[in-house]
Amino acid sequence: MTELREPLRVEAVRVPESGLATEARAAAVVWQREMIRFVKDRARILSSLAQPLLFLFVLGSGLGSLLGSSGSGVALPTFLFPGVLAISVLFTAAFSGISIVWDREFGFLREMLVAPVSTTSILVGKAVGGSTVATLQCVLLLALAGLVGVPYDPLMFLELLVLIFLMAFMICCLGLMLAARLKQVQTAMPMVQLIITPLMFLSGALFPLGNLPTWLTVLTHVNPMTYAVEPLRHVVFSRLDVSAADLARYDPGIRWGSFLVPTWLEILLTIAFSALLLALAVTRFRRTE
Amino acid sequence: MDEPAVSVRGLVKRYGDVEAVRGIDLEVARGETFGFLGPNGAGKSTTINILCTLVEPTAGEAAVAGLDVVRERAAVRRRIGLVFQEPTLDGPMSGEQNLRFHGELYGVDRRTAAARREEVLRTVGLFERRKDPVSTYSGGMRRRLEIARGLLHSPQVLFLDEPTIGLDPQTRASIWNYLARLHETQPITVFVTTHYMDEAENCDRIAIMNEGRIVALDTPEALKAQVGADRVVVATGDDDAAIAAVRREFGLEAGMHDGAVTISVPDGAGFVPRLFAALTAAGVDVRSVSVTRPSLDDVFLAHTGTTLRDAEARGPSMHPMAMRMRGR
Repeated sequence: MTELREPLRVEAVRVPESGLATEARAAAVVWQREMIRFVKDRARILSSLAQPLLFLFVLGSGLGSLLGSSGSGVALPTFLFPGVLAISVLFTAAFSGISIVWDREFGFLREMLVAPVSTTSILVGKAVGGSTVATLQCVLLLALAGLVGVPYDPLMFLELLVLIFLMAFMICCLGLMLAARLKQVQTAMPMVQLIITPLMFLSGALFPLGNLPTWLTVLTHVNPMTYAVEPLRHVVFSRLDVSAADLARYDPGIRWGSFLVPTWLEILLTIAFSALLLALAVTRFRRTE
Repeated sequence: MDEPAVSVRGLVKRYGDVEAVRGIDLEVARGETFGFLGPNGAGKSTTINILCTLVEPTAGEAAVAGLDVVRERAAVRRRIGLVFQEPTLDGPMSGEQNLRFHGELYGVDRRTAAARREEVLRTVGLFERRKDPVSTYSGGMRRRLEIARGLLHSPQVLFLDEPTIGLDPQTRASIWNYLARLHETQPITVFVTTHYMDEAENCDRIAIMNEGRIVALDTPEALKAQVGADRVVVATGDDDAAIAAVRREFGLEAGMHDGAVTISVPDGAGFVPRLFAALTAAGVDVRSVSVTRPSLDDVFLAHTGTTLRDAEARGPSMHPMAMRMRGR
């Protein structure tokens, strides 16, 4: 209050008309806010690592002893490794997307949506932020590769990180789309149970996609997540020393009838799903605010 | 540059069957502090939301800074500052981070952004606390930060929707101090809604809104003059005799309010000596006399037939949009 009577300089600032540069700056600052929050929230980083580690070591070792006698050359934790990366991404990214409900609850969403930039820029910034967080968390998991018999191959890590980022972006867009109509934080958690958990089980993250009953094959094939998980497994298995029989058993790929979906098409589908989900999210946000 | 800051013609907004705004016309000059007054649900927020490009009108036209709010939405948004009823700050970020975020969102020139941040923070007296997380700020400080943020991109019009709602009287007064001070340094137009009568006194002009219509629009002084009468309140030893004397001598009908004789006259101060002489002549003992100028409450009463407090208590006239906003 002491500086109340201080004379003021008037520093009028120039605000440019719309343009791609303005939109990019808006998206960048939304991304930056996600980073600030990530760095401040160390508890979130640690707690989000717990679940994948349980899957990898407890489920992997536990069920592994059950299946140990099947005489294959691939240990269960090794098989699960790419799937566990995917599960980690799924929950982290979905949470990041849905977290926009908190922004609405605390009013900050309004500050973002009334700015003279497009809703798309805001949501892209948010989704890229969530994807960055999910990818950074996977770096910690990737460091454990050696413990489950996956080699430390720099090129493999690079490929995995790119694929992880793409998957995370898709899931963030899904989270944003789901959150567009949510008014209350309490409704967010049932949403995760109802939609995100089934996506995990039906994605082939926890079991190979070959020799499934028809109904399960159909469900996995309509799940966008499936097409993001399979390239991860493909990249890991291409670096493993396994027999052709084991490869066919553990990494059979996705088959539409007799057509084996190539990895490039899976990646393309992931990008297409991302674009579709983002467009839906933008439409839904425009309509509600 | 002479075009009005805000210009509204025949504005209508319907939500289903409810007509929240029923055809209003309005012009606000540049540099003016314009108050929008009325009970909850009168249509103030809907009107301000239309002007801020957040709600599209059902009919009519509105322009801000000479730009149409529907056709030139983004251009309008760059030229206005907004302070909402509900808080819209990010608690974990510091005051300065909130401003930085806003500057980037509005594409503020990076070379001048830091100087501008400092300036607006000093304007609202928050420069010393700029590094602290907003979650540690008091209600009044948050409001001031929102005002600073609304000013950051040098808008031509600053819209404030109930900026003092939920604040204690002292903080309310200080917020108005800061608002008044804006004009000392920049040619900004301030458009503010309130349902506090005393706050409306700070405005250059005010519009009184009731049930979706503007029922009066002028300077606070002129509006009060329209109501005309001052109120003279006399405490006497014999009220009945006093009322009879006033009727006999001046032809005025005095009433009893709160246990004292009350007379409405155009020039209260000039009336008191004559009243005193008349009552003394009639042998009535005068204990005290007070003169009250008409308040905006009287103005509201005169134009709507109800006091603001009663209109507020009636509640259900609130339209669905307002209830939705509240439910959040």
